[in-house]
Amino acid sequence: MADKYNAETIITETQKRISNAFDVFDHESNKTVDVREIGTIIRSLGCFPSEADLHEIIAELEEEEPTGFVRYEKFLPTMTKILLERKFRPITEDLLLQAFEVLDQQKKGHLEPEELSKYLTQEGEPFTQEEMDEMLSAAVDPDKNVILYKDFVSMMTFDDTR
Amino acid sequence: MGCGVTKSTQLQLKPCNRGNISVPAATAMRAALLIQRWYRQYVARLEMRRRCTWNIFQSIEYSGQQDHIKLYNFFGYLMDHFSSANSQRNLVSHMFGDSDLFLDMEWERHVCYKEIEVPDIYTGPHLFFPLTISNVTELVDAFKNKQKLHARYVLQLLGKTWTLLRLMPNISHVCTCKHKEITICGDLHGHLEDLLLIFYKNGFPSAETPYVFNGDFVDRGKESIEILLVLFAFLLLYPHDVHLNRGNHEDHIVNLRYGFTKEVLGKYQVHGKMILKLLQKIFSWLPLATVIDQKVLILHGGISDKTDLNVIAKLERHRFVSALRPLKRRGASARQKDAALEPDGDDELSAGRRRVQSLTHGTPLRFRPEFPRHSVHSESGRTGRSVEQELRERRRLAGLSLSSDSDPAQVLETDADEWKQIVDVLWSDPMSQNGCVPNEVRGGGCYWGPDVSQEVLDRHKLQLLIRSHECKQEGYEFCHNGRVLTIFSASNYYDVGSNRGAYIRLGPDLIPHFKQFQSSRSTRELTLRQSVGRTELSALQALRMQLFTHKSALIHEFQEYDPQCTGVISVKHWAAAVEKVLRLGLPWRVLRSQLVTSSTQDGQGTLDYHHWVNQLSVIQPSTEIANTSLLETLYKHHSNLESIFRMIDTDHSGLISFEEFRQTWKLLSSHLQMDISDKAISDLAESIDFNKDGSIDINEFMEAFRLVEHSRAETEAPPSPE
Repeated sequence: MADKYNAETIITETQKRISNAFDVFDHESNKTVDVREIGTIIRSLGCFPSEADLHEIIAELEEEEPTGFVRYEKFLPTMTKILLERKFRPITEDLLLQAFEVLDQQKKGHLEPEELSKYLTQEGEPFTQEEMDEMLSAAVDPDKNVILYKDFVSMMTFDDTR
Repeated sequence: MGCGVTKSTQLQLKPCNRGNISVPAATAMRAALLIQRWYRQYVARLEMRRRCTWNIFQSIEYSGQQDHIKLYNFFGYLMDHFSSANSQRNLVSHMFGDSDLFLDMEWERHVCYKEIEVPDIYTGPHLFFPLTISNVTELVDAFKNKQKLHARYVLQLLGKTWTLLRLMPNISHVCTCKHKEITICGDLHGHLEDLLLIFYKNGFPSAETPYVFNGDFVDRGKESIEILLVLFAFLLLYPHDVHLNRGNHEDHIVNLRYGFTKEVLGKYQVHGKMILKLLQKIFSWLPLATVIDQKVLILHGGISDKTDLNVIAKLERHRFVSALRPLKRRGASARQKDAALEPDGDDELSAGRRRVQSLTHGTPLRFRPEFPRHSVHSESGRTGRSVEQELRERRRLAGLSLSSDSDPAQVLETDADEWKQIVDVLWSDPMSQNGCVPNEVRGGGCYWGPDVSQEVLDRHKLQLLIRSHECKQEGYEFCHNGRVLTIFSASNYYDVGSNRGAYIRLGPDLIPHFKQFQSSRSTRELTLRQSVGRTELSALQALRMQLFTHKSALIHEFQEYDPQCTGVISVKHWAAAVEKVLRLGLPWRVLRSQLVTSSTQDGQGTLDYHHWVNQLSVIQPSTEIANTSLLETLYKHHSNLESIFRMIDTDHSGLISFEEFRQTWKLLSSHLQMDISDKAISDLAESIDFNKDGSIDINEFMEAFRLVEHSRAETEAPPSPE
């Protein structure tokens, strides 16, 4: 009995969170959001999907004849499932640090901006120049002109408690 | 997915002695993927915060605007339903009469700048007419150095601008002439720094660099008059290459509330009044739209399903001194009444006669009928003719043929249509759904949909509508399948870091190219996270102020949910109550974590509301006011109160008498339909140190009661628990 009650509460709470996040981008207050904002909404709910993951989800959410909008009725069940199944789980601070260390082949303890840019704009799901510039503006130590990734990671993940 | 990556990177991590070889491809890819995935999530969370902050600012802004229009409509109501015996009505009647006591030609003589001497000690810029480019450049430099232009030059410049504007049509037609690029700027709102930045990046206006400025040059920012003077100077220099469209803030009624009136009176204590009166005329003479190559329409607000450029082209735009002026709906019987003919319409016949008067006023320069000039000081005796005769005579002089009483009605109807055309152009906003509905958020104009864009643009054989009026984070935004483009040029509009400004370059291909900017060094050096944090702090502060000023209403609502008076309510009820009181349409439950500290709530999702309300720490002025409900009214209706003060202050002296002060409160209480006793007002007046001569300085008064938040830490907000 207690289990059932908890499960229900969890679902209701989860759906409230989804609803709140959705509403922020529902500019016309008509329970639709621009499809281009779906990624932001999903991520803001604590998920870490890749771009490929997002494309898959969006394909599922779009109407038969794409209107450019996603309706809440479709979004809610899909998102509830994602959250309850804990898909796209967060990347921990350790993991992130390891990823930087991997790229720091020479174990310098830091990365050159050009080095990091090369990897992030050419490999994986490449950053746009804008994304790269933005990250660099926060990551590059202004005095030494390198990325002290250990400090960077601690600083950025401090925000995660919000 | 997380686990998978860890394993494989761990497997691949082997000590490498060959220093120069780059990381194995597969590993690099996985690491990069991880970092990208993580970073994009981070940015999305920031974007969510930014969007929330944005919504806060925007809803507070629009709610203030709506408030203002409600107030103005209330005055209209007073005018419509009360006679001159009503003192309240008389306080505001001057706003509804034609504010000019003289004909246009008289005004030219009246505005005599020649009598104003520029003293030797004046170190500001000098203007010599006709203006030269070096003179105008000097002017711009002077403003950059925070100098002030002497009132004499201001009036001279404004006078010449007015003369020029009267020659311009309602809709300017511009040609790119196969090689020119036209620059289009949106709202500037007194942000001189942004205008200077645009000139720096894009060049001054000239024959080679034509500009369109799409309205809202004034209000909010502190250098509105400087912006106007610069724009007008360039307009005089290059009348064919500088185009100004009127915005909803080029309106003296709006200026009363949003800071422009205050700015001018503050900077020009002696001649401010005259400058404002002249500006009233200039605003009404600003063109309403610009069309480029007959294909691109540029206007300030937007359109409605009824928008008809042919009607707009033909109307007499200067009759609409304020786009907010409500229409009078009068029956024929009203016109039978016999009364004195006074230009500021101090009785019920005002509407019909005023309309006729302005028709006469509105005739082109070359046709000036002679008819008795009335001023407020003339005796209120009879003219010897009946009202009907007088009306007929004036219409005849205006060149309108008339016989029956139905013509006035027709005239009124045309006026209503024309007024609607103008209000729609200046106040409307686009929406994503089809259709066209009244814009209740702002209180004026419409919300129009993509179907209306298509219909109206196609009907006029246009391909693109460029408008402004709404602040956009990136300075510009397309909507309606690319047929509508919003351009906004005041960066950091809500607060430092809130948004970029942008302008458009449009060449003969009519494809818009955007240039974005953001003024203030400090903003550019802030990281995304810092700038989001800062703006957020500011928005939350603004929100807390709003909450604070509605304290007792909030407590009242909370108590509705707490019949047992436990002092505690659920978060759900808290959110519902807050929305009911503030009506800002904000996601209170999402905002809760930033508005409710952990001390006031427990794990079960309930909240100690008394404690919470008391925690909205806002510093009140030390003036001891016993009457807390009056004080709260003052805080809650701060802007309305100030607006009323300024409206009553007809001679723009910044001072009102004690009697007028009392009347202000009576008006406010009428509008709000609440009771404010005379005693309460007298007590309030007594507790303030007024000038000995029995008048109240409006600025001083508002300053004395300004709410200030307890200073918060200057750095970004510490993380608060979800």
